[in-house]
Amino acid sequence: MQSILLIVFLPLLAAVVAGLGNRALGNTVAKSLTTGALFISCALSWPIFLGFLNGTAEAHVVPVLLWVQSGTLSFDWALRVDTLTAVMLVVITSVSALVHLYSWGYMDEDPDQPRFFAYLSLFTFAMLMLVTADNLVQMFFGWEGVGLASYLLIGFWFKKPSANKAAIKAFVVNRVGDLGFMLGIFGTFLVFQTTSIPEILAAAPGMSGSSVGFLGMRLQTMDVLCILLFIGAMGKSAQLGLHTWLPDAMEGPTPVSALIHAATMVTAGVFMVCRLSPMFETAPVALGMVTFIGAATCFFAATIGTTQWDIKRVIAYSTCSQLGYMFFAAGVGAYGAAMFHLFTHAFFKALLFLGAGSVIHAMHHEQDMRYYGALRKHIPFTFWAMMAGTLAITGVGVYWLHAGFAGFHSKDAILEVAFARGTELGTFAFWMGAIAALLTSFYSWRLMFLTFWGKPRWAASEHIQHAVHHGHDEPEEHNPPAQEDAGDEAVHHVPSPEHGDGTAGYHPHESPLTMLVPLGLLTLGAIFAGWVFSHAFLDDPAFWGDSIFYNEALIHQMHAVPLWVKLTATIVMLLGLFGAWLAYIRDTSIPGKFVEQFSLLHNFVYRKWYFDELYDLIFVKPAFWFGRQFWKRGDVGLIDRFGPDGAAWVVAKGSVAAKKMQSGYLYSYALVMLLGLVAAVTWVLM
Amino acid sequence: MGGFPILSVMLLVPLLAGVACLFVEAKAARTIALAATLIDLALGVVLWLNFDIGGPQWQFTERAPLFAGFSYALGIDGIALLLIVLSVFLMPICILASHSIEKRVGEYMAAFLFMEVLMIGVFAAQDLLLFYIFFEAGLIPMYLIIGIWGGQNRIYAAYKFFLYTLLGSVLMLIAMLWMVNEAGTTDIPTLMQYDFPVGAQTWLWLAFFASFAVKMPMWPVHTWLPDAHVQAPTAGSVILAGVLLKMGGYGFIRFSLPMFPEASAQFVWLIWGLSMAAVVITSLIALVQQDMKKLIAYSSVAHMAIVTVGLFAFNVQGLEGAMIVMLSHGLVSGALFLCVGVIYDRLHTREIDRYGGLAINMPKYALFFLLFTMASIGLPGTSGFVGEFLSLAGIYQANTWVTLVCATGIILGAGYMLYLYWRIAFGVQRNADAAAMPDLSLREWLMLGPIAAAVLWMGVYPESFLAPMRQDIAALDARLSRAAPEGDAHLVAGTPRAEAANAVEGTHDAAHGEAEGAH
Repeated sequence: MQSILLIVFLPLLAAVVAGLGNRALGNTVAKSLTTGALFISCALSWPIFLGFLNGTAEAHVVPVLLWVQSGTLSFDWALRVDTLTAVMLVVITSVSALVHLYSWGYMDEDPDQPRFFAYLSLFTFAMLMLVTADNLVQMFFGWEGVGLASYLLIGFWFKKPSANKAAIKAFVVNRVGDLGFMLGIFGTFLVFQTTSIPEILAAAPGMSGSSVGFLGMRLQTMDVLCILLFIGAMGKSAQLGLHTWLPDAMEGPTPVSALIHAATMVTAGVFMVCRLSPMFETAPVALGMVTFIGAATCFFAATIGTTQWDIKRVIAYSTCSQLGYMFFAAGVGAYGAAMFHLFTHAFFKALLFLGAGSVIHAMHHEQDMRYYGALRKHIPFTFWAMMAGTLAITGVGVYWLHAGFAGFHSKDAILEVAFARGTELGTFAFWMGAIAALLTSFYSWRLMFLTFWGKPRWAASEHIQHAVHHGHDEPEEHNPPAQEDAGDEAVHHVPSPEHGDGTAGYHPHESPLTMLVPLGLLTLGAIFAGWVFSHAFLDDPAFWGDSIFYNEALIHQMHAVPLWVKLTATIVMLLGLFGAWLAYIRDTSIPGKFVEQFSLLHNFVYRKWYFDELYDLIFVKPAFWFGRQFWKRGDVGLIDRFGPDGAAWVVAKGSVAAKKMQSGYLYSYALVMLLGLVAAVTWVLM
Repeated sequence: MGGFPILSVMLLVPLLAGVACLFVEAKAARTIALAATLIDLALGVVLWLNFDIGGPQWQFTERAPLFAGFSYALGIDGIALLLIVLSVFLMPICILASHSIEKRVGEYMAAFLFMEVLMIGVFAAQDLLLFYIFFEAGLIPMYLIIGIWGGQNRIYAAYKFFLYTLLGSVLMLIAMLWMVNEAGTTDIPTLMQYDFPVGAQTWLWLAFFASFAVKMPMWPVHTWLPDAHVQAPTAGSVILAGVLLKMGGYGFIRFSLPMFPEASAQFVWLIWGLSMAAVVITSLIALVQQDMKKLIAYSSVAHMAIVTVGLFAFNVQGLEGAMIVMLSHGLVSGALFLCVGVIYDRLHTREIDRYGGLAINMPKYALFFLLFTMASIGLPGTSGFVGEFLSLAGIYQANTWVTLVCATGIILGAGYMLYLYWRIAFGVQRNADAAAMPDLSLREWLMLGPIAAAVLWMGVYPESFLAPMRQDIAALDARLSRAAPEGDAHLVAGTPRAEAANAVEGTHDAAHGEAEGAH
């Protein structure tokens, strides 16, 4: 069972070779190498997962190398394989392999392909290190490693100022979370004298009544530790408050959004909470926070998703919202359900992103849905793939048949279990989740209708104009004009009158096979992943083994919720669909009227609840202001003025008086030395 | 080593080479300097390989009494070993980095070689007065390097550098004389075991503090550093950041902590307070810098503050972390200054805005710069992380507030370093001359490659660096334990909760029955 070593380190090897070889290696070699490595990893991962699924595999740890040993603090490089890891392995390697393949087509015209593929493989390595971690510090290694890869990939088109800003923002905001994670590790070490995850989990219940000091307060040990660690999870998984980087991260190429900012990296927070679930179960306050933040995020992000025009931003907010579901599922104790949603979401969200990428590809880098429309017939394969993704995310299925698309199984389970939990917070989460499900259905169908139905509105798009006027054959503009803040409508032209049909004479083209094959495979995942794996993830304690805290009684209660609860998700899904149909197919004047009527509310939501503005005002601007003050007024104005410059002044004055006797540097040193001596002696005598 | 005086040889080789450099022409001086530093590097490797981990605390000792109880005594423990290895590792790189020096090359090389003698001497000295001589004499070559081969404002910078560091050392000398008088010996290992009266420790500690705080440098006596760095030639900056700043930390770990444990505990809030101020203030200042070298200089002050909190955490993790931060910072900030030097040699400006988009025309340079940027902000897998993590893990056991404030450095550090990286390597090529700069030459590869390898080595397998000092740190920790302040985070046991937080009501079977009924 040493295949795990290959699974983890092949992508690293490929990344190093492709990255260092770069242009000397050539596009094809670099691409083949990285993609090949990922397909091998993927092929090796599935048997491990299937082994756990049919109960033949056992959890084990493969040691690699001693890392740090300092006093009693010691941790190793080691790869842990258990059910939870196996689930993540297949998710990561499958999506990554498909995204690698997809990028052959999507990035075909980019001059910097080896670098891109090296980053993708590097990311995969870091993510695999994260999920195979046997101690908290290696998890942190993976945690920051994926952060680095995310930074590099968001900023891949590094000529664009907006891409650089987004990349730095992603890294820095994540670091805020990482600060919490780090403090959590320190606290955990202080309490348990170890960073080994199995040892911590075993000892956690015994510590549940104890207290530790933190920032001058004396608090419940487990609550403090879990909240600190959860702050890390909030950063990585873009939960309310630390979410602001995720929508901006859409500056990266779309395959990156699919892999990192939908299927894998952003789910690391959920994975962490599930990995540490026995620990979180000893911390009721922390779990309450997880539930509340998750529920609030799923609602908050969904509201924003309904107003955005950029196709990728809609899906980004959708991701943020779906992660909220996973968190509150974990918060109420249904870690299996959280992981199940993580699993299904990885497939259908990657599908939606890659589908969006295919649309963007077809529309010559136009991302604004206001300039789409009627694409159904032009790119039918992409359309059907997106359709499957939409059916999956909105949770279409028939309760009585126990059959539906992926999201039907996982999201419905989360809503039911939140209700079944019976606490106030659980019920709050249920209602938030239900409203968010309505909004999810609305914005998903809105996306579909705006993109694939209606009449072509392409003529007004700058990108399309550019394509039509300059032809397709000229070298691709690889740093498309910065996607201005979606509010700036002025950047787009008014439709030119000569093309009455709105197409501007442009012909969208279906994507190449390298892009369609991943779409096809992910479509299968979006359709079947829920139905096939529902039993194992939700109802089978033997499947999970000891890898998560499995709350059997809660799962039984989940199945016992009233019928109306079970049907809630389906009902709100239909309502959302109806709303979207009404507003974007039946009578397209409704959205405009609504915006006019409720402009205050719309602005608030459209401006993303003003989080960015707020943070800019209270963090970013003051940081630079204080920096300048400390520098100009502190260092220069105060310390230097009364320190060395002042001393020099005194010495200069003094030497003028004694000019006839001596001159030169040596004299000043002697004087200073004398002053020092006097000061020292005075001090001693006092 | 069979009595072979390797430490003396390591002092002698650069000393003789330095004298020789004074009398030969430029080209020969370069060759001599490179050869001498490479020989010292080889000797350093021999030293490391022959260092007996778990053996006696002081190894490779040499002793020759001179006069009045003062003797020529050398010897190293693991802590000194690592810092000597760092010094001899950086020296050949500095010689390579001095390619663009054309003025008075012989004297320049001599200054560097004398600098090397004094650096090794500081870490190897076992006699208090010998240490003092090496410690203070180290100022002179650096003063000359800045003052003669520096930038436009070099006189002011050299003066500021000298004034600051001298002021502290006067006080230290007085304290040393008092100590020798009190303990009746100048032998450092003996003094490290000597229990000075608690009352006297206070002012002795302050006198040493005055010197080490400036060397470190700690806020608010740090303002000489940005000027010195900005004006110093590239290799001067590398040695300044790489080794000279480490002398302050070495001083704390060799003198202040073991000799005055009670006073160290007494002044713990002074150190913590200044360190917290340094992390926040200098990080914010680094954020608004327009000059590359100034930015890295300010970041050095912030990193050194992590060293001081680690040292004054009074536990093994803090001490070892502080040592690793010192080694790591020596490599990383040295490498960052080299990176600045590489492009300064091409464009002759340190102004950040004159660059941009270098990842396009200098991809290999951009890759190295990225690695060192990441090491500087403590990305796991690089040396920066191991040190920072251990230091902060140490201070957490002492005080959580201090940890929180100092850990904000990881956020601010990411901010200013990535902002720098954006303006240098990313973005569009704003200036034609910057866009035309060629990528790394072989010479530059030879400078940056070894440091990159060392940074990754220390990040992935720091055991190589932790093992030699483990025993010395444990001994120091044991000596400090009597004075260590109690942490605010300590655990108080309680009655464990009976069931999981999400345990639902009803027994297993009842829940099952309900579920059956509902279906």
